[in-house]
Amino acid sequence: MAVLTRHQGPVAPKVPGRPALRRGRFSVVWRPRTVLVLVLTALVLFAGLVVNIGRGDFPISIPDVVAVLFGGGDRGQRFIVLDLRLPQSLTGALVGAALGVSGAITQAVARNPLASPDIIGITMGASATAVFVIVLGGGFGVVGSTLVAVGLPIAALVGGLLTATVIYALAWRRGIQGYRLVLVGIGINAMLLAVVEWMLVVAEIYEAARATVWLTGSLNARGWEHVVPVGLALVVLVPAALVLAHALGALQFGDDTARGLGMRVDRSRSALLVVAVGLAAIATASAGPIAFVALVAPQIAQRLVGAARPPIAASLLVGAALTVLADVIARTMLPAALPVGIVTAVLGAPYLLFLLARHGREARA
Amino acid sequence: MSTATPVPVTAAARHPVPRRSLRVRRLTGLVLLLAALVACCLLSVAVGAKPIPLMTVWDALVRPDVTLEDHIVVRSLRIPRTVLGLIVGAALGLAGALIQGHTRNPLADPGILGVNAGAAFLVVVGIYVFGVTDALGYVWFAFAGAAVASVAVFVLGAVGRGGATPVTLALAGAAVSALLSALTSAIILIDVATLDAYRYWAVGSLAGRDGEVLTNVVWFLAAGALIALASAPALNALSLGDDVARSLGHSVKRTRVLGIVAITLLAGGATAACGPISFVGLVVPHVVRTFTGPDYRWLLPASALSGSVLLLLGDVVGRVVVRPGELQVGIVLALVGAPFFIYLVRRRKMVSL
Repeated sequence: MAVLTRHQGPVAPKVPGRPALRRGRFSVVWRPRTVLVLVLTALVLFAGLVVNIGRGDFPISIPDVVAVLFGGGDRGQRFIVLDLRLPQSLTGALVGAALGVSGAITQAVARNPLASPDIIGITMGASATAVFVIVLGGGFGVVGSTLVAVGLPIAALVGGLLTATVIYALAWRRGIQGYRLVLVGIGINAMLLAVVEWMLVVAEIYEAARATVWLTGSLNARGWEHVVPVGLALVVLVPAALVLAHALGALQFGDDTARGLGMRVDRSRSALLVVAVGLAAIATASAGPIAFVALVAPQIAQRLVGAARPPIAASLLVGAALTVLADVIARTMLPAALPVGIVTAVLGAPYLLFLLARHGREARA
Repeated sequence: MSTATPVPVTAAARHPVPRRSLRVRRLTGLVLLLAALVACCLLSVAVGAKPIPLMTVWDALVRPDVTLEDHIVVRSLRIPRTVLGLIVGAALGLAGALIQGHTRNPLADPGILGVNAGAAFLVVVGIYVFGVTDALGYVWFAFAGAAVASVAVFVLGAVGRGGATPVTLALAGAAVSALLSALTSAIILIDVATLDAYRYWAVGSLAGRDGEVLTNVVWFLAAGALIALASAPALNALSLGDDVARSLGHSVKRTRVLGIVAITLLAGGATAACGPISFVGLVVPHVVRTFTGPDYRWLLPASALSGSVLLLLGDVVGRVVVRPGELQVGIVLALVGAPFFIYLVRRRKMVSL
C-alpha cells in the first residue's frame, strides 16, 4: 500500500508506468519500492522488539521470546516477557510510531523539514505541565492540585492539547496559513521553554533531575497502562491520516494550486493538523518528549521511499523501529542507564547527516 | 495612477507611492529605534534593585564621586551591565537576521546552527571535567563550543553534492544540535552537581557577567558585526536564489563562508558572555522586516538596534518584576516578547522569506 488517491469522476487518474489497484472510490498506486521499504522496516522493527525483550537482567533467548509471544514458554518467562518487558518495548514502538506520523504530517503541511511537533510547541506544552507536576506539584492552588491528582500522563496530555488549541486559535485568521501557524508555534514554544527553565531553576535539585529525565524522554517502568492509550490513539488516528494524506500531495504545491485542483484547503489542513497534534500529545504524555524521532523519522522515510514529501506509513514504521532500537541501546548497552531520548538523538542525528551528505541535491522540504 | 494617458513610464512613476512610503517607513523606523535605544540605556542605568534617585544617577554620570556608594553602584555595576546588554543584544539581532537569510528559513535562529547546543555542551564538559563554576570560566568553553558546532554544521551541510543549501544547512543544524543536546543531557543526568551549575547558566542572564566577560568577547563581536554589515549586498543577491546571485557575479560559496564566520563570532560571543538567549535572534528579524522590507542593507543595522533595545528592555523588566529578586533576561524576553511577537504575526502580514 502506498499512496491513497480519491477520485470522483469516471476517468481515473493515471500514474505513468504504475498500475493502480482500485476498489470503489478509492485507488492505490502500486509502488514496489514503497512496499519493499515498508516490509523491511517492519522486519527491523519486529527484530528490534524481540531483541529488546530478550535482553536485561534475566536474559531470555530469542527463540524463547518468540515462543512466549506466540503463546508458549514457562511461567517465569511469561511473567518477564508479558508483564515487564513487552509493555515497555511496545510503548516505545507505539510512541515512536505516533511521533513519526505526527512529524510527517506537520512537515508536509508546513512544507518545512524543521516543522516537527517539537519545534511548533506541542510537545513543549505537554512538557511544561509535566514539569509543573514534578517540580511544583500541588503548590499552585486548585490548578496545581488538580493536575497532580490526575497524574503525570494525563496532565501532560491536557497540556499538549491545550497548547495546540491555543496555537491554532491564535494562528486562525480567516483560515490557517502554514507560515503563520509555524511562527505562532515558535512564539508559544519560546514562552513555554522559558517557563520550564524557570521551574528547573527554582526546583530542588533532585526534582530538577527527575524533571530532566522526563524532559529527555524515558521509557523506564512503562506498563500496559501506557500501551493502551497510545495504541488506541494510533488505531483511530493513523487510518484518518492515511485517508487524509491525499490532500498532502496537492497542499505541497501551495494553497492556490491546491484550491485550483479542487481541494478544500483549510478543512484538509485543519483535519491533518488535528491528527498530528493528537498523536504528538499522546506520545509525549506516555514517554516524555523523546527527542528527534518526529524530526528525523519522516526525513529518513522520505529518502528511503524516494518520495517528494514525508510518507505517512513509512514514517510510522521508521519512527517505531528507531525508538525500539534506541531503547535496546539505552537499557542494555550503555555504562549507565540513560533515558531513551538521548539514544534516539545520538542514533538519528548522524544518520540524518549521512543522508544529507549522500543526497544533498535531493534534500527538499 | 492613471493608466489611460500614454506618458513615458519611468521607474519612479510606475511605483510612486510604495517607494516613497517605504523610504519614509524605514527612516521613521530607524529614528524611533534610536530614540528607544537611548531611552532603554537610561532606564537600564537608572532602574535597579537599589532605588537611586535620578539626580544621583545623573551626578554619577557627569561628576562621579568615588566615596558615594550610589555612584559606585551606577558606575561599576549598572553601566557595565548596560554596555553588555547593548552589545550582546546587537550581536544576537544581527546573527538572527544573517542566519534567517542564509538558511532562508523563518524558524532559524542562532540555535539552529548548533551555536547554543555547542556552547552548552562544552560548558557542561567544563563543569563536569574541569570543575569550572564562574561566569568568567565559562566564556572560553562556551565560545569554543559554539564555534566548533557551527563550523561542523556548515561543513556537514555543505558536503552533499548540492553544496550548502538553505535546507541542508537547517537540517544539519538540527541534527548537530540534537546530538550535542543529547550528550549534554547525558552528562547532567549522570552528575547532579553539574546539573545544578548548568541550570543557572542555561537561562541567559546579564547579571554578574559584565566587565571582564565583555572585554574577552568584544573583539569577536566587533569583527563579526563588520563582516555581517559588509556582506549585506551579497546577501541581497543570495536572497534571489543561488543561481541569480551567481549570474550577478557574486560567489555563493564565499558569501556563505563569510556568513557562517560572522554568525559564529556574533552568536558564539554573545552566548559565551550571557548564556543562551534564544528569543532575540529569532524574533527581531521578523519584526524589523515589517518596516525595512527584505533589503539586508537596512535589515541588518535595524536588527542590531532592535536587538539592543529588546535585550535592555527585558533586563530592566526582569530587575523590576520580582523585587527584591531578579528574573533572568532570557525568561523575561520569552514571557513578554512572545505574546508581542504573536500579536505582530496575527496583525501584520509578515514578510516571508
